[in-house]
Amino acid sequence: MTARAAHVALASHEHESEHQDQATRTLLEIRGLEKRFDLSGDFLEQLKFRRGRLVREQSHVHAINGVDLDIHRGEALCVVGESGCGKSTVARTVMGLLRPSAGEIHYDGERIDHLESKALLPFRKRMQMIFQNPYASLNPRMTIQQTLEEPIRLHQPGWSREQVREKVAEVMTSVGIAPDWGVRYGHEFSGGQRQRIAIARALAVDPEFIVADEPISALDVSIQAQVLNLLMEAQRERHLTYLFITHDLAVVEHFGTRVAVMYLGRVCEVAPTRTLFAQPRHPYTQALMSAIPKLEDDRPQHIRLQGEVPTPVNLPSGCVFHARCPHVSERCRREIPRLIATRDGGQVACHAVEEGRIS
Amino acid sequence: MTTSTTPSSTTPSPSTPSRWERFRDSFLLYSFKRDLVAQLSLIIFILMVGAAVLAPWLAPTNPYDLASIDLLASELPPFWIEGADPLYVMGTDAQGRDLLSTILYGMRVSLVIGFGAVLLQATIGVCFGLLAGYLGGRIDAFLMRLADIQLSFSTLMVAIVVGALFKSIFGGATYSDYAMWLLVLIIGLAEWPQYARTVRASVLAERAKEYVDAARVMGLRRRRIMFRHILPNTLSPIFVISTVQVANAIISEAALSFLGLGMPETQPSLGSLIKSGFDYLQSGSWWITLIPGLVLVVLVLVINLLGDWLRDVLNPRLYKG
Repeated sequence: MTARAAHVALASHEHESEHQDQATRTLLEIRGLEKRFDLSGDFLEQLKFRRGRLVREQSHVHAINGVDLDIHRGEALCVVGESGCGKSTVARTVMGLLRPSAGEIHYDGERIDHLESKALLPFRKRMQMIFQNPYASLNPRMTIQQTLEEPIRLHQPGWSREQVREKVAEVMTSVGIAPDWGVRYGHEFSGGQRQRIAIARALAVDPEFIVADEPISALDVSIQAQVLNLLMEAQRERHLTYLFITHDLAVVEHFGTRVAVMYLGRVCEVAPTRTLFAQPRHPYTQALMSAIPKLEDDRPQHIRLQGEVPTPVNLPSGCVFHARCPHVSERCRREIPRLIATRDGGQVACHAVEEGRIS
Repeated sequence: MTTSTTPSSTTPSPSTPSRWERFRDSFLLYSFKRDLVAQLSLIIFILMVGAAVLAPWLAPTNPYDLASIDLLASELPPFWIEGADPLYVMGTDAQGRDLLSTILYGMRVSLVIGFGAVLLQATIGVCFGLLAGYLGGRIDAFLMRLADIQLSFSTLMVAIVVGALFKSIFGGATYSDYAMWLLVLIIGLAEWPQYARTVRASVLAERAKEYVDAARVMGLRRRRIMFRHILPNTLSPIFVISTVQVANAIISEAALSFLGLGMPETQPSLGSLIKSGFDYLQSGSWWITLIPGLVLVVLVLVINLLGDWLRDVLNPRLYKG
């Protein structure tokens, strides 16, 4: 008993140091990622008459334009931003559900964004996704057992029926669903239970990286904490890395190791969670943080942004935030700011910060 | 961190419900039990299909067997009219064939053509619909334009052209040997766009749901996603149009046979029976046309009534299945 405990302790210690080692290594690298969606329809619909001449016109929604992000092993990187800023598009592009219009995605040193589905299969086993709507993410015509067996059968073709069943029972237990519920269909469960099952499906192939696209925003507030805890538990036990898409800043503070703030398809600030909440650098992040309601309201007046988010069809020149920024200068209107490293380990894309006009 | 409570700790875990138990508790059976029209239709439909299947054992004579035909007994009326021969309950046709036997055999031919054509339509239509809806883009545009073109020819026109070509190339004898399968082929090929369009529309709706994304993220192949994940979720509309299409195919066959382009007189279907009696309508032998006509109407009516009931039951606004 004691020997075993010692062994476990040693093992976990080893894990710890290995963990530390890996933490410095980048698992996923996103470089200059762009995704445009065509708005103008097929070829015939693109033909237009302009001043008596037939011209071809195309318009696009620029969902993401030039996103650079690094995700380190073992961290939970939260991506925040308002609706329509491209958070989900980043997640879906990383998972290969969408093909990027430009840019590269590297997973563990290998470029994956241009791979065919067959070549992508070994990566599918290592990266999994959890979706927003637990009511739509389970196939209504399949039992839970079938849903969970499918990924295992695909990725472990050599396993016997018994092994597959054992694995299903293991993941179901680990998300808090009794294995004998497997005979039921998805619609017989509550939203929280369904989301656990969706998490179990993602865990079934023993991935190392999980993309979670607003996994708790469709759930009851009372269930949100449960599911969040489940995700954190899974991270600890299975050494997972998360890319966590959300718009809930309270969740970010609780869950995230680092935070990336997005605005209109660009990353404006990346920083460790504590730093970002204590000292936001980018004017947009500052406005965002000042909007969090707090009990002791002794802070300065919260920042009110003027105007609206520009349309992603016609992007503004220069910095995407310039029309609403209180610190705007001539340079902001012309030149797109790049992400530059700050002293406290973060990155900010802002000319004003770079020039020292704001601290 | 607090561990979440397992659902099994509060509720007893369920026993495995068998397929029969599932069916017994289903909304389908529940609504069927309360719908008299559906029950009646199903009973009549089963009786008719049963009679058609068992025709060789039920029919008093074999209408395909020329030796059993007695020309002297032609145009005998059914039993309730004076001058009837008790041997021929429903009377006889112009060639002296027992009408009851001929109707039973004719129903068999009509049902085989109806179901065969629908099977063919459904196979082509479902595959094309899945491909068009799931893959989208050029394939979608191509298949849907193909469907438009197909729909712009009427079934009858296709049948007339193909039938005439076949007859002139292979001769009448070969034609009558293969007439049934030719009709299945023609009606099947002419009507697949109905399925393709319906399936495509459902696939477009299903494809946007997250379980399809989940299957893609898993790395499943397209074919498996289409047939294992999306197809089962589009089955309800397929069922509903299938019932309508069986009735349609039977009617199309009857119409073609009535025009002389369908089944030959030696292997009559309901349609060719109606046609063969049509010439004798004026001379007072109305039963040769009317009785097969009534059988056809009842057959198509019960299928349509069943289809109506099924559509109401599977309507997602009433019941989410």
